[in-house]
Amino acid sequence: MLMTLKTRPDFDAIIENVPQGAKVLDVGCGDGELLELLQTHKNADVRGLEISDEGVASAVARGLSVIQGDADKDLGIFPADTFDMVILSNTIQATKRPKDILEQIKRIGNRAIVSVPNFAYWKVRSYLFIKGEMPVTKELPDTWYDSKNIHFCTARDFEKLALECGFKIISVTPTTNDRKGQKKPHVDFFVNLFAQKVVFALEKL
Amino acid sequence: MTNEHRIFQSSEVFKLEGGSEIPTLHVAYETWGKLNDAKNNAILICHALTGDQYVTGTNPVTKRNGWWSDVVGKGKLIDTDKYFVICSNVIGGCMGSSGPTDLDADNNQIAIDFPIITIGDMVHAQYLLVQSLGIEKLFAVIGGSMGGMQVLRWIADYPDMLNCAVPIATAARHSAQNIAFHEVGRQAIMADPEWKDGHYNKNGTFPSKGLSVARMAAHITYMSDVALHRKFGRNLQNRDAVTFGFDADFQIESYLRHQGTSFVDRFDANSYLYITRAMDYFDLASGFDNNLIKAFDKFKGRACVVSFSSDWHYPPSESRTIVRAMMGAGVKVSALEVETDKGHDAFLLDEPIFHRALGGFIDSSARIFGIEGN
Repeated sequence: MLMTLKTRPDFDAIIENVPQGAKVLDVGCGDGELLELLQTHKNADVRGLEISDEGVASAVARGLSVIQGDADKDLGIFPADTFDMVILSNTIQATKRPKDILEQIKRIGNRAIVSVPNFAYWKVRSYLFIKGEMPVTKELPDTWYDSKNIHFCTARDFEKLALECGFKIISVTPTTNDRKGQKKPHVDFFVNLFAQKVVFALEKL
Repeated sequence: MTNEHRIFQSSEVFKLEGGSEIPTLHVAYETWGKLNDAKNNAILICHALTGDQYVTGTNPVTKRNGWWSDVVGKGKLIDTDKYFVICSNVIGGCMGSSGPTDLDADNNQIAIDFPIITIGDMVHAQYLLVQSLGIEKLFAVIGGSMGGMQVLRWIADYPDMLNCAVPIATAARHSAQNIAFHEVGRQAIMADPEWKDGHYNKNGTFPSKGLSVARMAAHITYMSDVALHRKFGRNLQNRDAVTFGFDADFQIESYLRHQGTSFVDRFDANSYLYITRAMDYFDLASGFDNNLIKAFDKFKGRACVVSFSSDWHYPPSESRTIVRAMMGAGVKVSALEVETDKGHDAFLLDEPIFHRALGGFIDSSARIFGIEGN
């Protein structure tokens, strides 16, 4: 777990929100790294949805059950109330209709963990303020026209949407590249300014 | 020819789904590798419409490599040093299993007196074969196209007899378009005067022209438009200009003619009728109140459903239907949709991502189920 904490503080913030033995779906699971961690550390019953055939092939080789599909189109494939926990790790900002996706998640799962890059992070703000250009950083390495991230938001924006979609905020964990911050009950001024990424734990009302 | 094949003969009358029976069922099969002491390392491979039991090694009839030699063999993805691999000729086939080429008391082929069979009957025969080999549970059942239909039937009919299922480039029911293409093929065979109402063997003829046309029409469905164009374009066959006649001016014509004529050397026309009919009748959900979920809900193993983006014969949408039903049934299912322009045939070709997933699925499943080699 320490290794994860060091390399991916956002993964660690996600993992600690997953109860032992939970039935979990990771939407946009990539090569299945997070799912494998959840299986190992939380004894979770895990499934994944991934858009690329390469990601699916790698996840399958890890022994995971992963469906190839597009979060924007294919969440309907999962029956209602199938999962204890649906995870969207660094995915929602790359989807066409984030709101529809939250609605789908509410349908198929009881709780959700969503990690989003925070566009109000002070470094992003200062980049934009000083250079007057869309930020290109280690975290956001693509230019605006190449980026897969088509729906950027701030921590506060996402919180608003989650509430609007009928979720209760259980906790908010701010993270940066190298550390995980203190859990908070909601997004406050400091979270919105100092979190590079925010991990939301949500529960449907 | 029958004597060359390895044969399992059933001691009981074999009852068919359509109501008739086969008095002495025989199933031609091949195996590779060794069954381990726990008898849990067996993989059954199901072949497609025109395939046979010779998955790997040299096919004694065609003298060519088996149809999946790239994937199955020593040190290959399906490693015959580790697994006991079984493949049998489907019943209705012409490579040694019960079918229209069986001989009657007068040494003539029984031809169309052979009863109509189904995919379920094919799988039932495989089940008897597997039991006769002393195997209580297969590690995996794998197959593409019609082989995939058999895999799905295995899950539905013998859910406790397999740990893993890999249906590839297939569908849970035959579409109207697929039935249509098969009907064209069958009509071509039956319109050939040499077919003789099915009794060509007795009459010393063979409907080569009809069977060849059937194969040509089917072959088109195995390839994508893009792949055809890449391979042949509008290229001319050994000539600089069109001849203003009906000779095979274009390479694609010459290629299809070759596919047709070489097929008749190795396949029986009546077998083609019987097997295509079995595929047409395939509609897995029909036996389960038209609810596909019920076909899968007794299966407790793992499944990996594979499709290919440019396959219009068994398109990815058909696989998605299977996957959705498996999800509904709570099956641990993975689904891969390989991005390729090679069409339906891709399942037999070198597709790196498909092979990575297939190998990975088998290896990881072997770990999960504690399968050890022999």
